[in-house]
Amino acid sequence: MSADHKTTQLDVPLSETARTVTVVTWKAASVLLAVTVLYALLLVAVPHSGDTRFLLSHRGDFFQIPVIVVPAGPLAWVCGAVMLAVTAFVAVLTARRTRTPLWLVVLFALAALTGFLAWAGAGSPRDLSVVGLLGGAVLWSVPFVYGALGGVIGERAGVVNIAIEAQLLGAAFTAAIVSSITNSAVAGLAAAVFAGALVSLVLGLFAITYHVNQVIVGVVLNVLVVGLTSFLYSQVLVPGAENLNSTTRFSSIPIPVLSDIPVLGPVLFNQPLLIYLMFIAVPAVWYALNRTRWGLRLRAVGEHPKAADTVGINVVRTRYNAVLVAGAVAGLGGAFYTTVYLSQFGENMTGGAGYIALAAVIFGKWDPVRAAFAGLLFGFASNLQNVLSVVGSPVPSQFMLMVPYVVTLLAVAGLVGRSRPPAASGEPYIKG
Amino acid sequence: MSAPESNTGSSSGPEQEPGLDPGTAEELEQERAREAGPVVDPVDTESRLAKALQQTMSSSWTVSVGAVLLAVVAGSIMIAFTNDGVKAASSYFFARPGDTLVALGQAIGGAYSALFRGSVVNLQATDFVTAIRPLTETLTYATPLIAAGLGVALAFRAGLFNIGGQGQMLVAAASAGWVAFGVSGVPFPLHLLMALVAGIAAGALWAGLAGLLKARTGAHEVIVTIMLNYVAFYLIAYLLATPGLLQAPGSSNPKTPPTPESAQLPSLLGDRFNLTWGFVLALLAVVGVWWLLNRSSAGFAFRAVGENPRAARVAGIDTGRATVSSMLVAGGLVGLAGASQVLGGVTTGFSSDIDAGIGFDAITVALLGGSNPWGVLAAGILFGAFKAGGTTMQAAEGVPSDIVLVVQSLIVLFIAAPPLIRAIFRLPDPNRRRAAKKTKATRNRKEAAA
Repeated sequence: MSADHKTTQLDVPLSETARTVTVVTWKAASVLLAVTVLYALLLVAVPHSGDTRFLLSHRGDFFQIPVIVVPAGPLAWVCGAVMLAVTAFVAVLTARRTRTPLWLVVLFALAALTGFLAWAGAGSPRDLSVVGLLGGAVLWSVPFVYGALGGVIGERAGVVNIAIEAQLLGAAFTAAIVSSITNSAVAGLAAAVFAGALVSLVLGLFAITYHVNQVIVGVVLNVLVVGLTSFLYSQVLVPGAENLNSTTRFSSIPIPVLSDIPVLGPVLFNQPLLIYLMFIAVPAVWYALNRTRWGLRLRAVGEHPKAADTVGINVVRTRYNAVLVAGAVAGLGGAFYTTVYLSQFGENMTGGAGYIALAAVIFGKWDPVRAAFAGLLFGFASNLQNVLSVVGSPVPSQFMLMVPYVVTLLAVAGLVGRSRPPAASGEPYIKG
Repeated sequence: MSAPESNTGSSSGPEQEPGLDPGTAEELEQERAREAGPVVDPVDTESRLAKALQQTMSSSWTVSVGAVLLAVVAGSIMIAFTNDGVKAASSYFFARPGDTLVALGQAIGGAYSALFRGSVVNLQATDFVTAIRPLTETLTYATPLIAAGLGVALAFRAGLFNIGGQGQMLVAAASAGWVAFGVSGVPFPLHLLMALVAGIAAGALWAGLAGLLKARTGAHEVIVTIMLNYVAFYLIAYLLATPGLLQAPGSSNPKTPPTPESAQLPSLLGDRFNLTWGFVLALLAVVGVWWLLNRSSAGFAFRAVGENPRAARVAGIDTGRATVSSMLVAGGLVGLAGASQVLGGVTTGFSSDIDAGIGFDAITVALLGGSNPWGVLAAGILFGAFKAGGTTMQAAEGVPSDIVLVVQSLIVLFIAAPPLIRAIFRLPDPNRRRAAKKTKATRNRKEAAA
């Protein structure tokens, strides 16, 4: 998140050594100010009195933390003051032409979130479960994170993966059938991986072998898989629902000691297998891309296929390889729908998650770890609805639900800035 | 990203001709079409008519026919495998194979004849009006697809991937609806005009916002348009759930009142058909977009920015301005689709699913149409036919209309990959001799695709 500061080295005579021109934009500061003002307007326009009850631990936890009851109004205003201070600090830094450190943005976001939740939950007799808020966010982020990882792998190899949606949906469908027949969630997961890779194979066939525009193939595959699964769903799964569409799901596996840690324990260490796999997959993909020969070749093919070809890397094979791995990873995300979330497949049940994953890829600037965090943010957004419907929301719930997407817009516009895809992303490679 | 056309079509980029002006655009199109078609030796100076004739008879048409054929075969296989009659007959296939074949014929023939009956002409009809009614239904379904497809195609030509059709349609529908229900006492043509303008303007502003963010801050248009889809969706959900805004008075459902007659698009062929003047508006939009892209300097700027933004900037084109204005126009076109839904398609009151997935279908329409206005028109009508026919097929034969999605997407996929079709049907490859030239051109293409 530093693209708003461009340091330009000018080629000047050596007598004027180290003369640098730092172009500092006021984008970050102005976006933070805009958010702060909106926040203050919200507090003033819809004042809310009463206490907010933050529930940090559940009954049966090893440590019991009493429900934290805070007066909502003061807390919300304190958070607002923190936001204002951060904004002012960023403005001072910008005036001094220094880059905005990431921790300031994180602090700002935390303050805004705490204040917002305090204000939203004020006066509600129900407890605002922090565990539910965060645990749900982790759970909901699964398809986004896996999908984004699949997208990152594909694009770093130079193949735009718009077919994430198709991979998720196809995987969810296949996992449902296989898991229902075999009564095994693991078998369903394996089938999901296979289905994701199969969709990728089609993508590769058209995009890599036949040089079809990758955006066309991706969009069309999405439609194709929606049509195929919906058709088979109503013709095959609905008549045979008992045998073919009642899956065995993964159950939560608490990790012995770690799951007893307050708040973090139930959020991170009492989850189904698929989520633990996700915790491993994100650093694994980062490592594979940045620290292995496989990853180096993959990135070379995505940045400059001609150069890679010249030094003897088989571009077509490397790209197929990457796309298949990408599909398999996205397939894991698809398995979430039918082996973790629900125990049956429903028509078009991914509902555009693949496109959100695509947004996470770009938001994360084609980096697996950043993309995963972007996926987590969208997971949080999807989960917010459930939490707020428990607490009851003071402004129309639709506006509350809109907030995460507006925040993303502001973040993309103000903090991320121009994103630069891998150089050869979207370009077919024709040898010769 | 450059205009997504089929690979052979886009392989001759305008980068080859430096310093081209709008006058050469037509020749460029022809060069492009020639590349897609059979080999016409560049030295050969035939008349345009002869060229056009050869183009029509060329193998790109056989490829298209082959693509449709393959897609239909794939659809047939799906029907055959899931049809109960076929399943029953195939259980004694070795005793009486004839039964299986008859069942197959009935299942597949029935489905496709229902598709034809629902989308082109109803041959079982007794009177003329019933007979040609399916054709008008096709055009009714095609109306929003053409308008929205144009919006996506125009953005494509300017190098922008507009996935925000859903949001743009929703705000356009809400805005047109608000003028239609909220303003009363205005006579017929004026009221309709106001509602139309409101819808188009809302769509334009919604997409223009995405363009502005892209131009000013560099935010990627794919993220911005997707996020704006969600914002629009919740905004509409709020408006529909709040009494006094869009919600029908005296109702607690999230649904609007019906569109008043003074704001409805009049029917084009009389009251017995659903087709409205919206279709004519869509046709006008096709001509307008063609003119804009191929005959105006603004359109030239759009295409230049789409093909190569850096070269365009060097040539003195304000790329930011081109981005914003192309998104404004694109959003206006998608807005026309949204407004035509409210003022012509669904006049009994709408809810938050008024976009009916058209925003996403429009992407496929634009891609099949090669991001070219006339292509979008043809693709829109084809997809409209599939929509109209799919409904009949589902009702008459019990074949889920989802199969239409499969056939549609396979057609687009196969048309985009001529070498695959040629390999399957063993057609000769007309581009072989030009292969060397092609690779040179492709290398220059730069796609900033998501």
